[in-house]
Amino acid sequence: MFDLKVLSGSPSSFWLRFFSLCLLLLVWGVIAAIADSSLLPGPWAVAVNMVAHLREGDLLYHTGITLARVVVAFVVSMIIGTVIGICMGHSKTMDTFFDGWLVLGLNVPALVIIILCYIWFGLTEVAVIVAVAINKIPLVVVTVREGARAVDRELLQVAQVYHLSRAKTLFKAYLPQLYPYLMAAARSGLSLIWKIVLVVELLGRSNGVGFQLHSFFQFFDIASILAYTLAFVGVVLFFEMAVLRPLEVRLTRWRL
Amino acid sequence: MTLDVHIRAKTYPSRTPGEDHTAIAGIDFSVPEGQFTCIVGPSGCGKTTLLNIVSGLEQEVDGTVSLNGRPTDEAHLGYMFQTPRLMPWLSVLENVRLVIEGAANGDMGDEALARHLLKEMDLGDVMDAFPSRLSGGMMRRVALARAFVVKPRLLLMDEPFISLDEPVAKRLRRLLLEIWNERPTTVLFITHDLNEALFLADRILFMSPSPGRIVHDYTVPLARPRAKLASKEIRTLRQSLLKEHPDLLTGLIGVEEEEKES
Repeated sequence: MFDLKVLSGSPSSFWLRFFSLCLLLLVWGVIAAIADSSLLPGPWAVAVNMVAHLREGDLLYHTGITLARVVVAFVVSMIIGTVIGICMGHSKTMDTFFDGWLVLGLNVPALVIIILCYIWFGLTEVAVIVAVAINKIPLVVVTVREGARAVDRELLQVAQVYHLSRAKTLFKAYLPQLYPYLMAAARSGLSLIWKIVLVVELLGRSNGVGFQLHSFFQFFDIASILAYTLAFVGVVLFFEMAVLRPLEVRLTRWRL
Repeated sequence: MTLDVHIRAKTYPSRTPGEDHTAIAGIDFSVPEGQFTCIVGPSGCGKTTLLNIVSGLEQEVDGTVSLNGRPTDEAHLGYMFQTPRLMPWLSVLENVRLVIEGAANGDMGDEALARHLLKEMDLGDVMDAFPSRLSGGMMRRVALARAFVVKPRLLLMDEPFISLDEPVAKRLRRLLLEIWNERPTTVLFITHDLNEALFLADRILFMSPSPGRIVHDYTVPLARPRAKLASKEIRTLRQSLLKEHPDLLTGLIGVEEEEKES
């Protein structure tokens, strides 16, 4: 599905990463064994717990729900943020006009946005997506605006002189210049979004990983909390390695 | 395809109102179909501005430009810029194919032409390479193939061989003449190298320093094919031109060396 070399650079660096992760597990296991407390279960206990949750089916169900929210919020934020970023990068007027909004958006705490969205839109999926998108869009805008400002107009003149269609100009002459910035926004966005989605779920949904964490918290079920967390980190890492990195390699393969 | 250029003035607004910068101060000329015309002038005289107006990139101008009575920006133009301006994310072949009209419909004739031109330019082995792999001379050749693949009615060239080593530039000039011979088209070629102009052109228009005007219209009395850039014929021509118009040519390449020699 994906090439390990792409992920790690060289075989030796792959083994180094592998060894470092094993060491982390070992340290965790040793500390857990010494503490011998239900508040710090070891890796084995967490693994057993994860398998149990998988068997019951709740882990897959809630992880799937959260993943769906992450994907929708991610796509919505990227599209809106990219459009606004491009406009602000190219128009001085737009840039000046929206700059204040941008600073506000970057600085209002995520928690405030989530609470307000729940109050205004009710405890609904729409509120979830809107809250996450409002948190993420300003960051996409900042990155894409930087890219739009750096666009090489000389290449666009080539497109103009040779009468390229609008679609061709966009996809062959313009957007490729933004790909590095879009990739940066996407990767930082993914890790931010899934963390915010958990908070949103914790505060006002009755399913998803965040909701489950909330329940486990009330029962002090640390093993389940860690099992769910690791499961979702695994999903995000998988997406990063199976989709984003190969995509980035493909989009920037012309760079030598 | 006669090219008619009538520019009364091209000004750029300046920060202090009423003191607009005049880039071009009145240019009138026609280029008959198939003629290779060079425009020669010192740097900063508005040559590139002129080419941008002719190509339609620059729309705000007091004047008209037409190709057989139609605006030039509707026509098939080939434009070779000072730098190759290839899309770095497209392979050599994709770069050439990009500008073909209807390539999306899989027009096989044009596709074949793209490959043929690249082979003619000795780029057959690097068609799938990205431009970052190519030398400066090779990138110019890709840009040349791209300019010819659209079967241009008018080919605009803005000092395309500047900043290349002389042997590479020499090869490219030869290649340009070869391909132009096979696929005749009207050419407007800008340079500040008098030797280059005398070697390439049927006719040379001399521009004054800024604000640019045409100060001399000269027909090159040399038969084709021509020997080479540094030939005796071209040197003799240069000398007689300089004798007749000593004031016109200040700031050009080829003129200083003449002054040194004499």
